[in-house]
Amino acid sequence: MQDLSVGTAWFHTFLLGFIPEWAAVTLECLLIGVGLLLLYSVLALFYILFERKVCAAFQCRLGPNRVGPWGLLQSVADMFKILIKELISLNHTDKFLFALAPYLVIIASMMAFAVLPWGNGIEIVNFNVGIFFLLAVSSIGVLGILLAGWSSNNKFTLIGALRSGAQMVSYELSMGLCVVTMVVIAGTMNIHELCMAQQHLWFIFSGHIPAIIAFVIFMIVGTAETNRGPFDLPEAESELTAGYHTEYSGIHFGFFYLAEYLNLFIVSGVAALLFFGGWMPLHIPGLDAFNQVMDYIPSVIWFVGKAVALSFIIIWFKWTFPRLRIDQLLSLEWKYLLPINLFNLVLMVIVVTFGLYL
Amino acid sequence: MATIQEKIAKLFPEITFSEGNAGLELTVSDEKWHSVAEMLRRDEGFDYLVTIVGMDWADAGLGCVYYLMATDRNELLAVKVIATGDREKPFIHSVHDLWDIATVYEREVYDYFGIIFINNPDMRRLFLNIDWNGYPLRKDYDEDPAINPVSIENERQTDFTEAWVERDGKIVKEQYRIFSPDDFVVNIGPQHPATHGVLRFRTAVDGETIKKIDIYLGYIHRGVEKICEKDTFQQTLHFMDRLDYFSGQNYHHGLCMLYEEAAGIKVNKRIETIRVLMDELSRIASHCLFIGTYCMDLGATTMLFYALRVREQILDIFEKTCGARMTFNYSCIGGVMQDLHPDFVSDVHKLLEVLPANISEYNKLFTGNVIACDRMEKIGVLSREDAISWGVTGPNGRASGWACDVRKTHPYAVYDQVEFDEVVLSEGDSMARFKLRILEMEQSARIISQLIDNIPEGEYLVKVPKVLKIPAGHWFKMVEGCRGTFGLYLESDGGTRPYRLKLAPPCLPAAAVVDHITAGEKIADLITIGGSMDYIVPDIDR
Repeated sequence: MQDLSVGTAWFHTFLLGFIPEWAAVTLECLLIGVGLLLLYSVLALFYILFERKVCAAFQCRLGPNRVGPWGLLQSVADMFKILIKELISLNHTDKFLFALAPYLVIIASMMAFAVLPWGNGIEIVNFNVGIFFLLAVSSIGVLGILLAGWSSNNKFTLIGALRSGAQMVSYELSMGLCVVTMVVIAGTMNIHELCMAQQHLWFIFSGHIPAIIAFVIFMIVGTAETNRGPFDLPEAESELTAGYHTEYSGIHFGFFYLAEYLNLFIVSGVAALLFFGGWMPLHIPGLDAFNQVMDYIPSVIWFVGKAVALSFIIIWFKWTFPRLRIDQLLSLEWKYLLPINLFNLVLMVIVVTFGLYL
Repeated sequence: MATIQEKIAKLFPEITFSEGNAGLELTVSDEKWHSVAEMLRRDEGFDYLVTIVGMDWADAGLGCVYYLMATDRNELLAVKVIATGDREKPFIHSVHDLWDIATVYEREVYDYFGIIFINNPDMRRLFLNIDWNGYPLRKDYDEDPAINPVSIENERQTDFTEAWVERDGKIVKEQYRIFSPDDFVVNIGPQHPATHGVLRFRTAVDGETIKKIDIYLGYIHRGVEKICEKDTFQQTLHFMDRLDYFSGQNYHHGLCMLYEEAAGIKVNKRIETIRVLMDELSRIASHCLFIGTYCMDLGATTMLFYALRVREQILDIFEKTCGARMTFNYSCIGGVMQDLHPDFVSDVHKLLEVLPANISEYNKLFTGNVIACDRMEKIGVLSREDAISWGVTGPNGRASGWACDVRKTHPYAVYDQVEFDEVVLSEGDSMARFKLRILEMEQSARIISQLIDNIPEGEYLVKVPKVLKIPAGHWFKMVEGCRGTFGLYLESDGGTRPYRLKLAPPCLPAAAVVDHITAGEKIADLITIGGSMDYIVPDIDR
């Protein structure tokens, strides 16, 4: 395993040779910020294309294939189009809140990026309650959605926002419990330590039954948290046209759109972190040669690869299942997922207490 | 056992009888009409109001022809009612208390003819704008554009509806609110992805629960019945492709049969077989589209593409023979436009080969899915009695346990010579309506497979005079469209143009009943129910 923190430390000392400490830190923060923004948009472009191609494959179609080779530049063209579109301003709306909402949504998902385990030694913020922080910031997003629905002064958006509020608040409980379940086995909330704890075996294997239950629930809950089918009720297009973002245009709509795809990445990233070792390569106890080979694959590729593979499953859900109804959605959470989750937490505590994990 | 004629004549001696092409015909005055209707409905079992044909007989006054059917013995009966009062304010008593669908049909007659139905609780116009001047289907209607200029303003809206009621022997006009002032009313439509056209549901909701729906029609009203009166018989045919554009073949078939019967033209068996083949192919294509769009309404977008694959194949077959994929204009008076394409038989065989595999794939992908079952089962339950009273025919009616297939009840063309089952389910929920269409596709395939290798020889078009005249009289005909019973009423004055051509579409009752079966359900269920009724808005609005 190459420790990429060597590189960042070298860069830091290199800067210190020219400028004082405070300026170096400021410059690094700026660089990271710009890098993150770039990464954010590139990932979003990739995800839009990825989803369209996957969806096309499910539907016996080709998908985008006109712009660039294999349609690779399609989402770039779309992005460009959405950037030059007019921002339509509406009468009788709360202009400030209306404009604020998309930023809240996108900031929430950007902040979550800071604590994702990008690679060995390149966590952007590495502090002791990383996963907790991630849960906290990702719940800001629902505020943006509620604001968007409310400030648009439209009945469809309002219903969409209320649905979204009910859905997010309910499903965050299960998500939190899934995370807690895995924190019990890891014994830490630090992102780096969470990855390191899976050095010998990924939690999905070492935690066996409770970990698998937690993983299944996490994937369901994650799909719901990202407002994707079959849980895309807040924007169920056949019922509410476009739900909470019906009235948005141009890049404001783009922000909602990007945030949705990036939330997909974040949820898959967290699932990769909690169950599949984050950036940790696949290690099987006893097979040292195999483990060595795995270590040669860079940790960044491990993490992004896992996240994309898990996203594929969530995309698969969307293009297979019909949509649930709001009462079915809530009863699924409160009557099934939450009790199972609580039981699973107890099970995990038992497993950990008696050392039954692998 | 006295016949109905004797029974009625005993109770109401002043009624005159005659024999029409569809069955017995009564002529009743307005004073007696409600009691006659009550007797027919309650004692004689005429529980299905097929249609109300508004009529302007010029000097003989305004009136209506009611077509009734007794569903237990499929007996048709026509009742001609002459309105009382002058042309300014003609009155007929409403029968909305006997047949639920009459509320809507009477509104349509009011819209076209200005006949006021006493006691109907909702006497608004149905299709035209509320500020429209005049009644377009009256023979003395003034078409001057200055009277009804094209408005560049938004359509005027009202929260009120009117009703004329009898109070102490006097007829007075009253106003009612449609929604109570503190209702939260959401407009579903006219521009909405799930209404399948420009249909508007004004929906009062309480949270996610639906309290009441007011259906608002007419956004795609083209006045087909009015235009038909100005065209020769041949020219009226192509409008049939533009009503329910998925059963263009079936509707064409119906109108051609009506004209042929009226003009006394006999077609040979080849023509009848070709028409039935086309009918059944378009039924499969239509149901495929239903499956696709319905699943998409429920959020399962992928199913659309699987269903459209089969539909494409059928459209390709149509294209080869008819030259069009949508507006075929294929059947014509005395036959069909051109002979079958040489590839027709082999193409249909190919279709019949792939169809069963596709149907089982649909079932595997969607019908058994847990979420799909949860969304559709027990949602929008329409009982058999309600289906009949609301006149909901076709697959929707059969899903409620009402065997209403015209192909069985009043067989036409070669339907009585082929073997097929009328699929009838009893649940009456959205799931039954969905499943029934899949089962019906199998039956259509069965009909096609019996006919495709036995298309009789003969000419595809019999000789018909270039200028067709139909003798004076009136005729009524029903055919089974893809969405239900399509009724056609023709009144001819002996000329080359129809004096009155009434089209009774199956989709209007299907949309009208939505309010009745959605009350208390969730907004998402409105989409489920509306989708499962499978109405086509141009068919409703005409």
